[in-house]
Amino acid sequence: MNRFEMLQKEADTLPGVEVKHDSQGRLLFTAAPQAVAELAVWLSERAFEFATLLVEETAPGFHLVHYFFYTREGGEWITIEARVGPGVGLPTISDRVHAADWHERETEDLFGVCFTGHPFLGDFVLHDEDWPENIWPMRHDFDPRVPCPNGGLGEDWRPRRLLDEQGALELPVGPIWGDYGESGLCLLETPGEQIRLAHMRLFYKYRGIEKIAEGEPPDKALLLAERFSGNAAFAHALAFCQVLESIADVEISERSRRLRVVCAELERMRYHMTVIADLAGSTGLAVGKAMGQELEEALLRLTGAIMGHRYLFGLAVPGGLARDLPDTAIVRLRTEIPSLMLRIQRFGRWLKVSSSFLDRIEEMGALSTDDAKLYGVVGPVGRAAGREVDLRRGLPYAAYDQFPPDIMVEQEGDGYARLRVFLREIEQSARLILAVLEHLPSGAVRTDCRAVAGSALGWVEAPAGAAFHWLKLDGNGCITRWRAGTPGFRNWHAFHRAVEGASFQDFPIILASFGLSVAENDR
Amino acid sequence: MANWVLHSLIRGIRTERYREGDPLPSGSTPGRPQPRRMDESAASALAEYCPTGALRVQFPGIRVDFSRCIHCQRCRGHERLEWRQDATWATHLEDARKSLGGSFRRALHVRYLDAGACGGCMGEARLIDAPQYNLHRYGIFITPTPRDADILLVAGPVTEALRRPLLDAYEAMPEPKRVVAMGVCAINGGVFGKSFASCGGAAEVVPVDIVIPGCPPPPRALIEGLLLAVGRSHSAQAVEAP
Repeated sequence: MNRFEMLQKEADTLPGVEVKHDSQGRLLFTAAPQAVAELAVWLSERAFEFATLLVEETAPGFHLVHYFFYTREGGEWITIEARVGPGVGLPTISDRVHAADWHERETEDLFGVCFTGHPFLGDFVLHDEDWPENIWPMRHDFDPRVPCPNGGLGEDWRPRRLLDEQGALELPVGPIWGDYGESGLCLLETPGEQIRLAHMRLFYKYRGIEKIAEGEPPDKALLLAERFSGNAAFAHALAFCQVLESIADVEISERSRRLRVVCAELERMRYHMTVIADLAGSTGLAVGKAMGQELEEALLRLTGAIMGHRYLFGLAVPGGLARDLPDTAIVRLRTEIPSLMLRIQRFGRWLKVSSSFLDRIEEMGALSTDDAKLYGVVGPVGRAAGREVDLRRGLPYAAYDQFPPDIMVEQEGDGYARLRVFLREIEQSARLILAVLEHLPSGAVRTDCRAVAGSALGWVEAPAGAAFHWLKLDGNGCITRWRAGTPGFRNWHAFHRAVEGASFQDFPIILASFGLSVAENDR
Repeated sequence: MANWVLHSLIRGIRTERYREGDPLPSGSTPGRPQPRRMDESAASALAEYCPTGALRVQFPGIRVDFSRCIHCQRCRGHERLEWRQDATWATHLEDARKSLGGSFRRALHVRYLDAGACGGCMGEARLIDAPQYNLHRYGIFITPTPRDADILLVAGPVTEALRRPLLDAYEAMPEPKRVVAMGVCAINGGVFGKSFASCGGAAEVVPVDIVIPGCPPPPRALIEGLLLAVGRSHSAQAVEAP
């Protein structure tokens, strides 16, 4: 009996849980609402990672809540499903599976599903000054074309203050930032110099993509999937397309599977380069920033020249890729990537021997391995804090089963560890691209993929970490529910842990070293 | 110890020479489709490709509304349609205030404001300062405060929650001031449209003078737009008819 069968047998004995297999052969636990919390704890004790939580409205006031869990190794999936009716709450799992905290807050705000025992519900996605209570935009009876009732002009919101010391103050940063910061409010509580508490109030950029996509055909919603977080556009579009392929049960060609790896890794290189350039800029290293941006622009131009769009918009389509790469483009990639890598490596070496730069990032903004585990931090930030999480290895998609990347792990969790992870991942991506291009089979890059009724989950390792997209299509092939579980949403949740205890002048540096996208969080 | 001064001296000047009309380095713009004469059936077949309504049939051919084109590339590669790799995209709106002239021509301060942008516009706006483009040679500077700003550069569809911050920033700017909307989202909401969560463009909240279409507009298009705001560049056409 393997581990999976043992789990199944063990789970059968849990009270209030029925064990089944879903259409894709994965384990599905149908649980009574009161059994959910225990079951979630039971799974996390068995090394299952929380992936995402999603809610479907089955009838007015009735909801089906899905919790997705996976193992980091071996690619096992377990789904918990629980049904709740009007006025019935689910027990919170956020006290034990803390990664679900923001998921529960979002669900309560948008669907009106209550999580009993959760200490901070309300004022999350829909800000209290803009939105009256008892409006749940993700419910089907809400019309997305109706404008916001207060028109965003309410003024009576005051931040909550927790720190009660003499001289303590709360410093708001945002919601709009100087220079090129993304909009979002960060409230820093301090008795003087040290940031004691930090509260992130995001969702200023909430565009409601999951709502406005409802009723649309997938090829239209694909435009939203690649444009809600433009600097990880290909990753999200890829996850979205993989869901559609999974629903339609379409196998894509080998050539397109491999070319998808090339595009995804090219995007990762550019994303990481942006983070490194901004990190150099945040410490006042002007020449370092300029060199980083020069390399970033070089990567964007290479992408633009070969794929037609600098941010890879319009490339991923259900069934493969929109266009094939001509041989000239492949030759160009194979000659330009090694020479770019020489420049990037030299830049990285210089950064690593600049003591004034290292002084600002070493032992700064440290996220402990325990915190990273507690918050389920994903992507380079998680890997820099000792977590071996990478969906390309654990749950391979596209051609990553044949081209597995090494997982770059550091233990310290500070700004320097994150810089090293970002730098090494760029090298890794370049290595993968060259390896894929060495043996590229011929053939078509696009298979016919029609939108049919059904639902499925798709995932990618986006540049910032694990992204999970879930779609449900109706009989016309139009979207009835889309859930975008993004790495930004996951990692912003943990960001305050790295800031608390730091001093004010380190705040922008810690922020830059996380490399997070607000747009990806806010959706 | 890295000697950054020495490194930068050895690297030399990396800024690219550019005059209006010069061809752009490959990959520095996504380009966009051009209007063309063709018979009506071919034109309507072509318009079918466009998910945003940017391509429209207009006798005697196909018309392109650049304020809607998001470079989705679905019409790209079609033999009847030409894609031009240019980036002179910025246009004055009809009711725009006149260009800032005089002393602003070589000392312009710009406040970038993210009103719900996806990250693409922000990425491109950051790069106008990259060595290849070097914004400062034009006498244009990015300022963190609206009090010092002459231009408000707005990106994103303007979400409901950012309506007031955008208005506050605009009102805090001293006269004379101009607003530049960058990207299709800031022009008309783009793919996000007008909904419960987004206002559908900067013009719903503040008076917009110049629009820079594109999704996202590349750095060169942004620089053209800022130069247009001080009368140092020529205006493109918002809609090109065949």
